[in-house]
Amino acid sequence: MCVAIPARVKSIKGLIAEVEIGGVSRPVSVQLTPEVQKGGYVLVHAGFAIQIIDEQEARETLKFFEELVAPQEG
Amino acid sequence: MKFIDEYRDGEKARPILEEIHRLAKEPLRLMEVCGTHTVSIARYGLRQALPETIELISGPGCPVCVTSNRDLDKAISLARVPGAAVATFGDMMRVPASESTLALERANGRDVRVVYSPLDGLKMAEQVPQMKIIFLGVGFETTAPAVAATALEARNRGLKNFFIFSAHKTVPKALKALLDLGGTKLDGFILPGHVSAIIGSHPYEFLAAEYGLAGVISGFEPLDILQSVLMLVRQRKSGRPRVEIQYKRGVKPVGNPRALEVMGQAFEPADAEWRGLGRIAGTGLAFREELAELDASRAFELKVPATKETKGCRCGEVLCGLIRPEGCALFAKACTPDNPVGPCMVSFEGSCAAAYKYGS
Amino acid sequence: MNQRSTVSSSLEKILLAHGSGGELSHELVTSLFVKAFRNPILDPLDDGAVLRIGGKRWAFTTDSYVVTPIFFPGGDIGKLAICGTINDLSMSGAKPLYLSAGFIIEEGFSLSDLQAIVASMQETASAAGVKIVTGDTKVVNRGGADGIFINTAGIGAIPEGVNISGRNARPGDRVLLSGTIGDHGVAILSLREGLQFFTTLESDCAPLNQLVVEMLEVSKDIHCLRDPTRGGLSSTLNELARQSGVGIWVEENRIPIKEQVQGACELLGLDPLILANEGKLVAIVAEEAAEMVLQRMQAHPFGREAAIIGEVREEPIEKVVLRTRLGLTRIMDMVVGEPLPRIC
Repeated sequence: MCVAIPARVKSIKGLIAEVEIGGVSRPVSVQLTPEVQKGGYVLVHAGFAIQIIDEQEARETLKFFEELVAPQEG
Repeated sequence: MKFIDEYRDGEKARPILEEIHRLAKEPLRLMEVCGTHTVSIARYGLRQALPETIELISGPGCPVCVTSNRDLDKAISLARVPGAAVATFGDMMRVPASESTLALERANGRDVRVVYSPLDGLKMAEQVPQMKIIFLGVGFETTAPAVAATALEARNRGLKNFFIFSAHKTVPKALKALLDLGGTKLDGFILPGHVSAIIGSHPYEFLAAEYGLAGVISGFEPLDILQSVLMLVRQRKSGRPRVEIQYKRGVKPVGNPRALEVMGQAFEPADAEWRGLGRIAGTGLAFREELAELDASRAFELKVPATKETKGCRCGEVLCGLIRPEGCALFAKACTPDNPVGPCMVSFEGSCAAAYKYGS
Repeated sequence: MNQRSTVSSSLEKILLAHGSGGELSHELVTSLFVKAFRNPILDPLDDGAVLRIGGKRWAFTTDSYVVTPIFFPGGDIGKLAICGTINDLSMSGAKPLYLSAGFIIEEGFSLSDLQAIVASMQETASAAGVKIVTGDTKVVNRGGADGIFINTAGIGAIPEGVNISGRNARPGDRVLLSGTIGDHGVAILSLREGLQFFTTLESDCAPLNQLVVEMLEVSKDIHCLRDPTRGGLSSTLNELARQSGVGIWVEENRIPIKEQVQGACELLGLDPLILANEGKLVAIVAEEAAEMVLQRMQAHPFGREAAIIGEVREEPIEKVVLRTRLGLTRIMDMVVGEPLPRIC
């Protein structure tokens, strides 16, 4: 039900952050994620950052995919 | 694009699919609640790639699809208020109400504008103080905090010409109502990733505790969904159903407490009418008394025509997973994306639209 | 005929969606205009009409431009109007020669804006080697036009031996695309009220006649040419599949697309396959000639990122199949309605 996209925080001014995805950028409200840091990534939905992306967890998930390699792979 | 492309890697899909095929020897009925999951599954052809033992059933997680005709009729009436403009998410434009759609209203000269964010609606209200701007609030807990924040901002700025019509709904109790209906036999749920980014995993625990069902909160990229299916298959094998988070980069067990707080400042639970599920107590979000001034349902005397349900439309049953889109007699015949009878065919996330567009 | 009992079936009004190039547009054209005007020259419904006059073949086409904003990164409505008609003629394999330009201008429109548009039209036409030889101007009351509407019509000569039509695709042919998709659509959207986002993307608006001449020099085995304007690549491929009665298979990871277009589409929930392009073409080419034609395209400034994106097969008839990044297949359907940003 929800198109929310990971975007990188380029800059923050008060409660508005300039975020960027694939070279396209726009201002979003960070009222809902006040702990956001410049250079971090947030999930953007309807002009708001709704959650900060946990980069450590993202790496863990990718590791899971890599580890699940069938034994016969070669 | 970071945090997106890596989860679309075809190479990595193969080992997951192989493992799923290896483990899923018995039938498994999984409901993917969220409309965005429905689209992702269809778009990447995942259904065909999974073993035949796994059945993916679409659920009522398309906020546009579950909006009742009555609420849609109210939205149309709002578009007809003199001196008012309706600002809406694009998703709502073509949904058929009893007698019209917002697109038709615009064709008839009403001021209906598509926005990307409720804040755009707020900006419009500031730019045209002589007009009333009415924002249509549709969406689950993913969207409600954003609309709540916008409402609070409007009040703080003392805006007198900005209104919001809330058709917002919440998910967990609706899942309970769906299960209590008893019509659909399920083994587990692929749970909505972004709703859960807000509400966390705790609200779903009743699924395992009271109903013995497995649940995995899933991301939206194809590898996320495949991993979630694998997790559900493994849960089934272990015989211990529980609620797990696959989408760990976006969802914490406690969700986003700040967003929940903001939501609570603007909204309180109310009863809501769900297409297909009927009236479910406590699943609607209504504006608190303090925000009554911008509550469109209170601010305007609406002349809403008698609600008509379209004959033959079985969206309600599709939304509960009781029938597949192809099971509706109107599907792809009288009801197509060009000529939609019900919202499941109009909404980009509707099961019928996805089934029609992406074919088999 | 379908049983219709819905709101949109009791249509008494034209909707914006009727002009967006997808299913509804197609339906309006076939069920109203073609039905009324029916004749063998119109019926193929290619981009241009092919006329036989004085023993030679000529292409004749027209198009109207109502875009807002009038000035956008990479162009303006005037440039669009010239390129659009030049390209339609080129899609018939014709060498564009002469254009007409009709203006409907809203009272109060800025004269310096009009001068800029006209200058742009002359510059574009001249660079493409085409002359504007006749025209018309009307002024309407405020509110009667979105600032300015422009219609251009054009005539071109089709060389001997060139036989290009939407009906000519054959199983085994290769599908070529001249460059990245979605650039124009996203460039325009970025300026729309309520959607603002910042991008350095420009419209890809360009005249393709010289590119087509080069391609035809390499091989006459080019069966179809079409520019994916409104409705995007998806609509164009579907139209070709239908007209030729074939199946078209496309590889998602071979479709050239700029990162910024992908980013904007992710942000707004849009599908790049349905966004408009104003300087690209799809060519369906016989298998033996495909590689050579591709290389010639890549040597041209407007074809640098050209790619072979798929092939024509017998089945599924009149459908387009997309093999996704994941290696799984799905149907690529035509767009319905105007592309709208979504949150769901």
